[in-house]
Amino acid sequence: MSVLTNNLDLFLRLFGQTLQLFAISAVLSLVLGTFLAALRVSPVPVFRGIGTLYVTVLRNTPLTLVFVFFVFAYPLLEILRIDNYVAAVVSLSLYTAAFVCEVVRSGINTVPVGQAEASRALGLTFVQMLGNVVLPQALRSVVPPMTSTMIALLKNTTVASGFAVVQAGNIRESLSEQGENVLLGLLWVALGFVILVMPLTYAQQVFEKRWSVAR
Amino acid sequence: MTAASAPPMIRVAGVDKFFGPLHVLKNVQLEVPKGQVVVVLGPSGSGKSTLCRTINRLEPIDSGVIEVDGQPLPAEGKELARLRADVGMVFQSFNLFAHKTIVENVMLAPVKVRKTPAAEARKTAMELLERVGIANQAEKFPAQLSGGQQQRAAIARALAMKPKVMLFDEPTSALDPEMVQEVLDVMTGLAKDGMTMLVVTHEMGFARKAADRVIFMSDGEVVEDSTPEEFFSAPKSNRAKDFLGKILTH
Repeated sequence: MSVLTNNLDLFLRLFGQTLQLFAISAVLSLVLGTFLAALRVSPVPVFRGIGTLYVTVLRNTPLTLVFVFFVFAYPLLEILRIDNYVAAVVSLSLYTAAFVCEVVRSGINTVPVGQAEASRALGLTFVQMLGNVVLPQALRSVVPPMTSTMIALLKNTTVASGFAVVQAGNIRESLSEQGENVLLGLLWVALGFVILVMPLTYAQQVFEKRWSVAR
Repeated sequence: MTAASAPPMIRVAGVDKFFGPLHVLKNVQLEVPKGQVVVVLGPSGSGKSTLCRTINRLEPIDSGVIEVDGQPLPAEGKELARLRADVGMVFQSFNLFAHKTIVENVMLAPVKVRKTPAAEARKTAMELLERVGIANQAEKFPAQLSGGQQQRAAIARALAMKPKVMLFDEPTSALDPEMVQEVLDVMTGLAKDGMTMLVVTHEMGFARKAADRVIFMSDGEVVEDSTPEEFFSAPKSNRAKDFLGKILTH
């Protein structure tokens, strides 16, 4: 317990960093991923191709590799200078967006095709159909896998430790420098992540319940 | 364009369509003048539903011309969306928006497509629901309604766009028998009010009573095009005789 109480400051600060990194990347990946899913179901073949290419390239590319690209290779292109924190946000967002895209797309596929046909027959544009009819109905089947994707993102933030972006993944280093029991410290870090996951799981239950009524 | 030379509401000329190797529409010709009610009959697999769906381009065609109110169907995009807004469609499986209430279903397209203010759209929606006899169901979700009520709501939803023409794709085929009549009554009312309608159906009673013209399709071809009296009392082709023999004997 003393490992935690003696370093409470450190724990709170670095878990705060984790939360920040997670929150920014979550928002960005949800927006980008939903946009990519829209591309993948659009009537325009070129858009579908772009979406498919994105997912093919980024899904299951090792996250470390994505980080390496944005921290070390990307600066060599001399386009726009970004610091390591931004590189971490970009890497996590782009990587997670590929998974979000596929989760949203599978949700879209659960909505009967008649819903889209009725929208089109009424004169709704593709974007109106997606926004007003298809996505709202896709949401409810998307909630459980989307929660998993977000939990994976939360834990993936620790990869940033290797690239000088400080968050909960760096607690071990700091403890070891101070001569604390590192293994015990890691247990507390693990518990910290469990605590962070709990509200996500709770949110999943709330959304599942709310959206299951509306049908 | 002057009234004298007004184009037909629907013109289908030389239309062919394939599903893979299957030739589902074979050189189909059809004109529906303004105000006419045309019923399309035929055995299943004859292409009548496909024909109905090509008219607002839910099914693209492989060759030929389709015009609505003198305007050829544009390719997929904003312009096609505008044209579809003027063509009401009623589906066999209703396709009401499952996550919206009945009145929201009817309001959605006027608000989003026609940019009608919500209050006005709701008022019109309630009037339409009144007209099809389900105003008291307005705040329910589609799944809470019977099939007949859902289909009447779907008709109200299509009418809310003030369409120039209504397409009905087997509107009563998914209904329990006791609910067929309530939907047909609404359709008969529409026909009497002068709506231009193309109705794919198996309801011979409706064809006799409400249709100005009967089209008989078989194997992707328009085989007969005549008045209901003529078609039911003296069909010209063997295929039509065979079809009528099968359905009128039971």
